[in-house]
Amino acid sequence: MSVLVRIPTPLRPLANGQNEVQLAGGSVREILENLVNSYPGIRERLMDEKGEVRRFINIYVNEEDIRFLDGTQTRIKDGDELSIIPAIAGGCR
Amino acid sequence: MNNPSASPQPSPEGKKGLSLMKGLKCRECGRIYDLAAIHVCDFCFGPLEVDYDYEAIKKILSRGEIEKGPDSLWRYKYLLPIKEEPTIGLHAGMTPLVRAERLGKALGLKNLYVKNDTVNHPTLSFKDRVVAVAINRARELGFRTVACASTGNLANSVSAHAASAGMDCYVFIPHDLEAGKVLGNLIYKPTVVSVKGNYDDVNRLCSEIGAEYPWAFVNINIRPYYAEGSKTMAFETAEQLGWRVPDQVVVPIASGSLLTKIWKGFQEFSNLGLVKAHPELRVNGAQAEGCSPVYQAFAAGRTQFIPVKPKTIAKSLAIGNPADGYYALDVIGKSRGQVEAASDPEIVRGMVLLAETEGIFAETAGGVTVACLKKLAEKGAIRPDDLTVAYITGNGLKTMEALTGYLPEPVGIDPNLASFQKIVHPS
Repeated sequence: MSVLVRIPTPLRPLANGQNEVQLAGGSVREILENLVNSYPGIRERLMDEKGEVRRFINIYVNEEDIRFLDGTQTRIKDGDELSIIPAIAGGCR
Repeated sequence: MNNPSASPQPSPEGKKGLSLMKGLKCRECGRIYDLAAIHVCDFCFGPLEVDYDYEAIKKILSRGEIEKGPDSLWRYKYLLPIKEEPTIGLHAGMTPLVRAERLGKALGLKNLYVKNDTVNHPTLSFKDRVVAVAINRARELGFRTVACASTGNLANSVSAHAASAGMDCYVFIPHDLEAGKVLGNLIYKPTVVSVKGNYDDVNRLCSEIGAEYPWAFVNINIRPYYAEGSKTMAFETAEQLGWRVPDQVVVPIASGSLLTKIWKGFQEFSNLGLVKAHPELRVNGAQAEGCSPVYQAFAAGRTQFIPVKPKTIAKSLAIGNPADGYYALDVIGKSRGQVEAASDPEIVRGMVLLAETEGIFAETAGGVTVACLKKLAEKGAIRPDDLTVAYITGNGLKTMEALTGYLPEPVGIDPNLASFQKIVHPS
């Protein structure tokens, strides 16, 4: 399974300047593992000491927040797009 | 993309004035940044917060100094993130702290107060506080255009302040807002962009727009400064109570920012010796059942929330993915407060109860606060003698649709005394 992963601007220098990369994996977690293995500098930025995605980073599969799906266990199919987006600090009250 | 380094930046700021800010600090990893229009840590993506020079503030600030200040939130300017004297939004804040005896009696609370931001200046919601701060800071940073993602009240306030400052203005709102809140933007002649989606969709879109245009998005790239304005709710409460911290506060939660900043405001006053520290202060949250990610996390004993798709009449609280939800849960937990949630009918009953007991017409968010206050009192989480403050953050004239079908019709009579006596028959 190969999907397009969109890299947020602050992480692009750690991914050879690419704004998107093609990676293999059957689930969100596998793809993220492949990402941090391919570009090791990204690991400490994306994941905390326990290897979990940092809490102010949201992952979207095809525009849907994975917290509405199966989290990092969410299955991926060919042609899906995965976006890594800093949690949006907007809001009101 | 929500990335500060990609955002176009306006010219550097001018001369330094009353600068008591040291920098911006990541709330997660503690990294320090310049006082620019950025809101996210480049390293770990945590939110940035203003870091003050409290030693310097301590030397300047006293109760007397505050009492000598203007009758507005600017009396606390040394604890607000501006460098120059404010020039816009000079009348925001210092709203009434109402001793709510009749509402208290209805709820079995003997020491209840209502912080009444339904009469804040100029747009009748607590947003006038945060926007007053954000617009002054945006001007200091050299911006000429101001913008926001909003559930309504924020857009009203940004539109009004931008008009008074002569700034260009873009406000982005969900397409299904109440008519009063839409009109309350249009009158000030901003560009009102109605987005086919909910607030969380609007917010995400605005983060992308913010990366493309050199605008001050008050609740995105200006957020570290903007959010500080909410502290003035706590400062005023303490001062109006005679320099005391209450035992209990009840605060509506949308993004969670107001609740965390009210907590921070009381902490700052305590740390600066302006009030006696009150470690027993309990910070309680109020959410609408139809959009209650923080309540659900609290009820399940989780420290992280799961986002939801909002469905509630309390549109100003309809944020399913609250930016400060994590920190709100943290404050509630460490203050040993609680979170309650109110259904739509309970929200309306809360609005009516507040109106008929205190003569205060609050919007739906106020109904949420009163309904949750009632639940907290009924279950004994707030005790009858506790000094309690409920935060009422917006005006009911903006959300009149919520009351359709809930209120009696006027009594119709002919224009003569006989008709009056026959149909109205007053006792």
